[in-house]
Amino acid sequence: MGKEKKQIDGGVSCLRRAEMNMMSVGGMESAPAPLDLEEVHVLAVDDSLVDRIVIERLLRITSCKVTAVDSGWRALEFLGLDNDKASAQLDRLKVDLIITDYCMPGMTGYELLKKIKESSNFREVPVVIMSSENVMTRIDRCLEEGAQDFLLKPVKLADVKRLRSHLATKDVKLSTGNKRKLPEDSDSVTITPPSPSLTISPESSPPLTISPHSSDSSSSLVEMFSSSPIDDDEDEDVLTSSPEESPIRRQKMRSPGLD
Amino acid sequence: MDALISQLQRQFRDYTISLYQQDFLDDQFTELKKLQDDGSPDFVAEVLSLFFEDCVKLISNMARALDQTTGAVDFNTVGASVHQLKGSSSSVGAKRVKALCVSFKDFCEAQNFQGCVRCLQQVDIEYKTLKTKLQDLFNLEKQIIQAGGIVPQVDIN
Repeated sequence: MGKEKKQIDGGVSCLRRAEMNMMSVGGMESAPAPLDLEEVHVLAVDDSLVDRIVIERLLRITSCKVTAVDSGWRALEFLGLDNDKASAQLDRLKVDLIITDYCMPGMTGYELLKKIKESSNFREVPVVIMSSENVMTRIDRCLEEGAQDFLLKPVKLADVKRLRSHLATKDVKLSTGNKRKLPEDSDSVTITPPSPSLTISPESSPPLTISPHSSDSSSSLVEMFSSSPIDDDEDEDVLTSSPEESPIRRQKMRSPGLD
Repeated sequence: MDALISQLQRQFRDYTISLYQQDFLDDQFTELKKLQDDGSPDFVAEVLSLFFEDCVKLISNMARALDQTTGAVDFNTVGASVHQLKGSSSSVGAKRVKALCVSFKDFCEAQNFQGCVRCLQQVDIEYKTLKTKLQDLFNLEKQIIQAGGIVPQVDIN
């Protein structure tokens, strides 16, 4: 275990140096290059260091590669969307999911979401919003802007596993929109599903409120993902549940991609 | 040695349960423990350590913002730090700290100076208390491991 390393800014000991590479003082943590194209790569955005560490760990435990940044601006920078010049770092642009905090100084998660949805390269990348506040109008706004999901903080392992299962089973053609054309690639690369060892434990599926007839977890999510949007107005009451109970995540599954 | 291990394990279990019962910790702390494994055996301790550093920084910000000698108090500034502390305490399962932040936030919104000052004092005490208790808990873990035992999973419910 001689691979433990503590960074000066009070950071984190990492045990797999090859995977772990975080906590630069500027707040942008990079995934190691080159990226394995078969692994799911998540860009996590949160201004809170504690939350970044936790979300990163949650994602890694569910077999994702993670790049964690501390602001919307850094996220755009990472995606090469911060200016008009094409990013030189083409090998870092495989992003399968963006998960962002809502309340951040400077650029909110909502604003980041909009910018991502406005970009031609990344508009099909699913964006998940995290927030400590269960505000209906906020959730609605985000979903309307194209957010894939809205997670109530504190985020739990079950939430991330559920997200992960979406990525595993999503339609392959969805993955084609989020990569820039690398010089050697003329076709898009498909994302292979995770290895069979990834299991979703029974307790990891919070009750879904979207479709009244579905009581089950990931299988119904898969169906919903490729089906038309579901009317979920009846969920209003559910969202006022107290924080002590397991929060109900509200989801609105849209027809994938091409609006 | 086995008797020692059992005794330590029992202490650990009892202490853990008491921390939950006294609202020092909540379910999110349990969630963090799920993220710890042989590959990352110190994950919880590390996250909590970052959290405590956050506390120091944010409380210092709040104190500065509540310092009337520099002029009128900007409750928005105080509130912003409280919001951050509320978030991170929530993320690590620091239940009492989080609850205090909720009240604190209300006082900020009401621009209640005395209320804010009281909350600031309380939150300072609270995070330090939690820090001490968790230190004791982590020490118990170490002792168990050093005695050759395994840290038991404690079922809170």
